[in-house]
Amino acid sequence: MIENKKFNTSYNYAFIDETTKKEIRRKLLKAVCIPGYQVPYSSPEMPIARGWGTGGLHVTLAIIGQSDVLKMIDQGSDASVNACNLRDFVHMTTDCATTFDTREATIIQTRHRITEEKLSDKQIMVFQVPQPEPLRRVERYEYKTRQMHAESDYAKMWLTLYEAYVKWGDVMQGAGYPVMVNGRYIMSPSPIPRWDVPNLNNSECLYLFGAGREKRLYAVPPHTKVEPLEFEDVKFHVEDFSNVKCESTGYNVAYMDEMYQDDGVTKKFYVNDSNFLDKLIEKEEVVQHSNKYIKKIKDALQ
Amino acid sequence: MATILEVTNLRKCFNLHILNDKKIEALIDVNFSMEEGEIVGLTGKSGSGKSTLMKTIYRTYLASSGEMNYLSKTFGKINLVEADEHQILQLRRKEITYCSQFLKVIPRVTAIDVVADTIVKKESDRPLAREISTDLIKTLGLPPELWDAFPSTFSGGEQQRINIARAIIAKPRFLLVDEPTASLDTKTKDIVIELILGLKKNGTSVLLITHDEYTLQRLSDKTIHLQHGQILEQVFA
Amino acid sequence: MHFNNHNSTHEWVLKVENLTKIYGEHTENTLANTGPSKGTNICPETGSIVACANISFELFPGEVLGIVGESGSGKSTIVKQLFFDLDVTMGSALLRPFKNGEVNIFEESNQKKRFMRNHLMGMVYQNPRDGLNFAFTSGGNIAEKLLMADLFHVGKIRERAAELLDKTEVPVARMDDLPAYFSGGMQQRVQISKAIANNPPLLFLDEVTSGLDVSVQARVLDLIRGLQHELGIAMIVVSHDLSVIRMLTDRTLVLKNGRIVERGLTDQILQDPQHEYTQLLVSSLL
Repeated sequence: MIENKKFNTSYNYAFIDETTKKEIRRKLLKAVCIPGYQVPYSSPEMPIARGWGTGGLHVTLAIIGQSDVLKMIDQGSDASVNACNLRDFVHMTTDCATTFDTREATIIQTRHRITEEKLSDKQIMVFQVPQPEPLRRVERYEYKTRQMHAESDYAKMWLTLYEAYVKWGDVMQGAGYPVMVNGRYIMSPSPIPRWDVPNLNNSECLYLFGAGREKRLYAVPPHTKVEPLEFEDVKFHVEDFSNVKCESTGYNVAYMDEMYQDDGVTKKFYVNDSNFLDKLIEKEEVVQHSNKYIKKIKDALQ
Repeated sequence: MATILEVTNLRKCFNLHILNDKKIEALIDVNFSMEEGEIVGLTGKSGSGKSTLMKTIYRTYLASSGEMNYLSKTFGKINLVEADEHQILQLRRKEITYCSQFLKVIPRVTAIDVVADTIVKKESDRPLAREISTDLIKTLGLPPELWDAFPSTFSGGEQQRINIARAIIAKPRFLLVDEPTASLDTKTKDIVIELILGLKKNGTSVLLITHDEYTLQRLSDKTIHLQHGQILEQVFA
Repeated sequence: MHFNNHNSTHEWVLKVENLTKIYGEHTENTLANTGPSKGTNICPETGSIVACANISFELFPGEVLGIVGESGSGKSTIVKQLFFDLDVTMGSALLRPFKNGEVNIFEESNQKKRFMRNHLMGMVYQNPRDGLNFAFTSGGNIAEKLLMADLFHVGKIRERAAELLDKTEVPVARMDDLPAYFSGGMQQRVQISKAIANNPPLLFLDEVTSGLDVSVQARVLDLIRGLQHELGIAMIVVSHDLSVIRMLTDRTLVLKNGRIVERGLTDQILQDPQHEYTQLLVSSLL
């Protein structure tokens, strides 16, 4: 128990009561059993507003133990206000250790990025998800999207990709590119950039997704096949950084931030993942995720 | 020679429910038979029941009672009064052709294609079918500038030629033909007569309605005179 | 070969038995209380509406069957049930290409029904908005049907869409335009393209020319006839318009108050109608 000094009452360990945590864990087990399937859950009230990471927080708090080491990132950064506050909150209610170091962490809660550094089978990554339903853009009714998932009725989803290709000559969707999980469910990977999408495939670690406002949990277990939707002749591709370089390190085989300078015209690029950037600057040895897209870029560099 | 059609005690009565159940006896106890390769002429005044008889045989009209036994290649002996619709449709596709007085065509199909369509089973047949069709309308004296025009715009005689070409191109086993020479000049009339005789030579049986004495004389092996829906007499040529 | 024992039941592609659709609560008397002899399809006891009842027929490969009757006679209800747009109250339908026609298709799972819709049937609605998604391009609408049949190759999809639009006389250059910018006749052609995209053995046409002016109507009818001739698709044509029925169909069912009052060869129905209602219908033809 952690004392709350202000109201002189005690919070339960990890803020949420045990019964509710148990419920969330049970739903997570179900999610792991049916990769990509959205499991409805209670989504209890939290001391932050829905839409600000409550889903991720629910998952983290439901699974965290005192021996866990938490890393909290927001769009690749450990230091953003959001990441700091959420990290402080979890730390306050659990007394767990926290870290910036990706390798050290056992639980990494994230908003809109997967770490550049490869994750191991000892690690769990928790995503904050604003909109868990990948079909929402093509079908506004929940009862219909559920039916579409149940029947693998995904032609409309494919059709939006076709229409995008017809209109713009490419499938333009940048964040949250839809993926097919285990050959069965189309899943929204949360608004991660395309760069990260291939890293969901056949991973060592467990990926858990929590959408607090929409009250849905889902998961990608280790070694699950996750494929971005692509046509036989119009292929998925990741962002192209071949013409830019990180200002601090000169590196460019990573997802890059584009920073406008004070003059409002010139822009500089930096590696987005702050811990990865630190390690590059310190010239530490880092093992990056490997996937066919990164491999191709690295091959081209040699 | 086998009997291809035997009509016994055929009766057709129209029951007009919307005119207070008024009944019109159009055919009364009609009996006759036709042999393979025989041409039978039907004559009689307007309203005597010639067309009714022909349409009843073709099943456009439903017989009220009686039998019409047709010796079919597909089904063997079959009573056209009782045959089910699919059998009739199959007979119409393969054996029995009806050539009415008036041309009813799909708009915007060329003369050659209207005729060719009858024998086109699949699209790959079309070039050959068009050739056969062209030969036939050429024989019938249709001017070449009309071959690729739409028949709905043709004159009566030109439409008549298309109609006949369409009826005989498939070489039916049994041809029902209503006034084939009515609006034709003497020369074309002779061509039509020769074409029908050609079919007869191949074994086609023809039931023919005509008012034209010349056509009747040249074609019919037997003439049936109808009056008030009854057979007045049968005359062998 | 002898066909004296010719048994036509071995040939049908679709066999419908006792198809019935009742809206609202009904009792065992409902069917007896309604129908053409009672002149109504509203049950006086329960107020339930009998949209169609005891509809039985067979459709043969390559055959065109007409369903004719006035508004509210239950014509559209029949094809909408067969296309799974509406649930059935009673009755069965067997579809030869599906499990060799041995199962009642209404009792299959939604997934199987969707398979049948996508692969074995096509539907053209009176209103193009029912059959087309106006938020997608005309090519996209056709693509949807091809994607449903697991064709995931943009190049091939566009090739097929172009081929279909060309066949239905829609300028291929307008493939990437929204159907909202098309004329009614052109929308209907796009709908037909979509319906036949997967070469279904069965096509339903529900009042397809009713909203069109005469010259456009003629072209759409032309198109349907041409496609029928070329592809040999079995069709059910629903129309209140006897000229459409005459032009397109081999056989016809006449519907009144949700029941079949007469059936026969189309030329027979039109020239020697037996039922009082059909006689009225035919005599009203302009």
